[in-house]
Amino acid sequence: MTEHTACTTDGHGANAHPAWLAHHFHSARQQYESGKLGIWIFLLTEVLFFSGLFCAYAVYRANHPAVFVDGHHLLSTPLGAINTIVLIFSSLTMAWAVRCTQVDQRKAAAVLLAVTLLCAGTFLVVKGFEYHHKWKHGLVPAHEFAPDEQYLESRIGAHEDGSTLGRDPAQRVRNVRTFLGIYFGMTGLHALHVVAGIIAIVWVLRRTVRGDFNRQYFGPVDFVGLYWHLVDLIWIYLFPLLYLIH
Amino acid sequence: MAAIPDSAPAARPAAADNYLTHARGLMSWIFTLDHKRIGVMFLALIWVAMALGVLFALILRAELADPGETIVSKNVYNRVFTLHGAVMIFLFIIPSIPSSLGNFVLPIMLGAKDVAFPRLNLASLHLYVFGMLFFLFTLFVGGLDTGWTFYTPYSTETNTWVIPAVLGAFILGFSSIFTGINFIATTHMMRPPGMSWFKMPLFVWSLYATAIIQVLATPVLAITLLLLAVERLVGVGIFDPDKGGDPVLFQHFFWFYSHPAVYIMILPAMGIISEVISVFSRKHIFGFKFIAFSSVAIALIGFLVWGHHMFTSGQSPLASTIFSLLTFFVAIPSGIKVFNWLATMYKGVVHLTTPMCFALLFLILFGIGGLTGLFLGAVAANVHVHDTAFVVAHFHYVMFGSAGIAFIGGIYYWWPKITGRMYNDLVGRICAVVVLIAFNMTYFPLFIMGVRGMPRRYHDYERLLEKNPEFFDLNVIASVGGFLLAGTLLVLAANLLFSLVRGRPAPANPWGAATMEWQCASPPPHDNFASPPPVTDPYDFGNLTYDETTGGYVSAP
Repeated sequence: MTEHTACTTDGHGANAHPAWLAHHFHSARQQYESGKLGIWIFLLTEVLFFSGLFCAYAVYRANHPAVFVDGHHLLSTPLGAINTIVLIFSSLTMAWAVRCTQVDQRKAAAVLLAVTLLCAGTFLVVKGFEYHHKWKHGLVPAHEFAPDEQYLESRIGAHEDGSTLGRDPAQRVRNVRTFLGIYFGMTGLHALHVVAGIIAIVWVLRRTVRGDFNRQYFGPVDFVGLYWHLVDLIWIYLFPLLYLIH
Repeated sequence: MAAIPDSAPAARPAAADNYLTHARGLMSWIFTLDHKRIGVMFLALIWVAMALGVLFALILRAELADPGETIVSKNVYNRVFTLHGAVMIFLFIIPSIPSSLGNFVLPIMLGAKDVAFPRLNLASLHLYVFGMLFFLFTLFVGGLDTGWTFYTPYSTETNTWVIPAVLGAFILGFSSIFTGINFIATTHMMRPPGMSWFKMPLFVWSLYATAIIQVLATPVLAITLLLLAVERLVGVGIFDPDKGGDPVLFQHFFWFYSHPAVYIMILPAMGIISEVISVFSRKHIFGFKFIAFSSVAIALIGFLVWGHHMFTSGQSPLASTIFSLLTFFVAIPSGIKVFNWLATMYKGVVHLTTPMCFALLFLILFGIGGLTGLFLGAVAANVHVHDTAFVVAHFHYVMFGSAGIAFIGGIYYWWPKITGRMYNDLVGRICAVVVLIAFNMTYFPLFIMGVRGMPRRYHDYERLLEKNPEFFDLNVIASVGGFLLAGTLLVLAANLLFSLVRGRPAPANPWGAATMEWQCASPPPHDNFASPPPVTDPYDFGNLTYDETTGGYVSAP
């Protein structure tokens, strides 16, 4: 944030305020820093929200390691890796877009935000393919769970992981069912956050194109950016926890 | 001050623009960004929620007045106590002080024009309404019988309406989080030049401590409720022992939120008491820093004691011992506060106005509720009285007798500021005395019965009468007290509503308080202040003198 403030120090009459400065703030700096504090606290609540899920995962995994060893064979590591790279790249373009907004490069900011959106869309499409693939084999998390036995045999049976539980077919089916519940729960909640991120990025993209932002007022892009990095960060934890287990 | 004549003529500029007259029409309320209007709407909705909760409570007390199945069946009884708890906790006590009085007063106390994020504030109100609708839906389609705690595995198996209720609580959680984010940012960023942390009023301190708990604890409840809903819909098995899950994990998650939540309820109440006792003792608050830091200490230690709800759940004895010890630690900051309030009154000039009467009531009831909390914090005593009426009595003393009573005191304290009208003080004071009697009639017998083995959540106690014939009399006393208490609440509300029609116009500073909200007109103008007033000690009443012509206090020249 630059040191100078947008309006003179008296700043109480509505007329002294530029359009982008809300009437209850004295200065651009106060507005920006309030927003920054607010978004960090919000991200804190998001971290705690997901930490409940991670905690449940940890407890379940500590009690039933075989569930995760059996289940992870059903996930495609290459697709997960592609999605990881896509999201990390989108974090780069997002951060770059924030920088461009700060230095008044409106066109570049718009392009970078659009690229971020494209990455977010790619992530969801890849995720959609992964979900569809499971669906096709009856690996649905609902009560209608009806796994394709041959498929399970080909995926899990082919691997020698030393797990004894995995050798009992009935137990294996139960393990797969539980794993998929956890998998769909965690990645589904994350996907919802990606969707929310897409909506937020569309909003700041529209405002960027309209020319709402300038050197003194770029808070919304910055805050959406921070949120997007968190969504990215959560995936960086989900990927190894679900896909890369041995 | 109690001698203010009720008939003093109005002497204030007639056409002054205030937040109530600033804009007109229903839409100007529903979509307002003004923290004062949002606070007033919260206040109205919270009164509705409280009325609903009281109604459920009266059904419970009526059923228990006589042994046997009298007015409701056992299944209905289960639903009524579940909804009584859920409505009172999620719709009434948690949002009560922060969302209504806090919203109204916090920015004005800081000399600001609004909270940091007015739109987020409005979203909080709208989410509250949605959450309320979910609860009403649950009520009308047939209710819920899990208890407000939604313990698994029962909550995943019962055929009552768990999911709408859980979603309602989830949405209300976000309402609470948004208020918390707003208050933290407002306290940090909106203070006027010259107001350091130690020149902030103690109500602001307590709201800040509350907001910390709201943002740290509520997300965990949100994910827990979401997992419960998913568990019911899909059956993942995280909490289901049949599928390898752990139902005690649910209890840990639930109480990780719900224990700090009791401090969300009590901390703002303590903030109100700090304001009221100092103002009506005409004496500087004693031990400002101790009261301020004890709020933060309660907020932080409050996160480490959730296991004391689970002494009988099968958690390890070591964990129980540690949780028990930490529970005793919470008593220290609470005790610090009580002694500071007493020391503030010592040698002060105590004015027994309605808010002060309720503050004194708070001290008595919080004393009883807090000390019985120590019994429950001790593992051995807890195991003995677990799930008895003793626990019910304890938390009603702290939830209703302390948080609820302080809320009433706070409403009576800020009512002249909010509405610009003075109420009948004598009625309020008489009600305070009746509440003292009725409250103890209602809940003290539960302590006695609890120790002698009266279980909680039972709709009938006929078989217990063989060994404990006194349960009949005690239950009758409690039920009579309950109805008397509800009637008094009605009179208290009517007194306030009546003042809107017949009340004398309120002066800017009727109580002679030194915090900033009393320096703007009653009711405040739309923008609160043209520029922030000079920052002074919020508890220095030295230069305030009573002015006969307006019936309020003015700064001496």
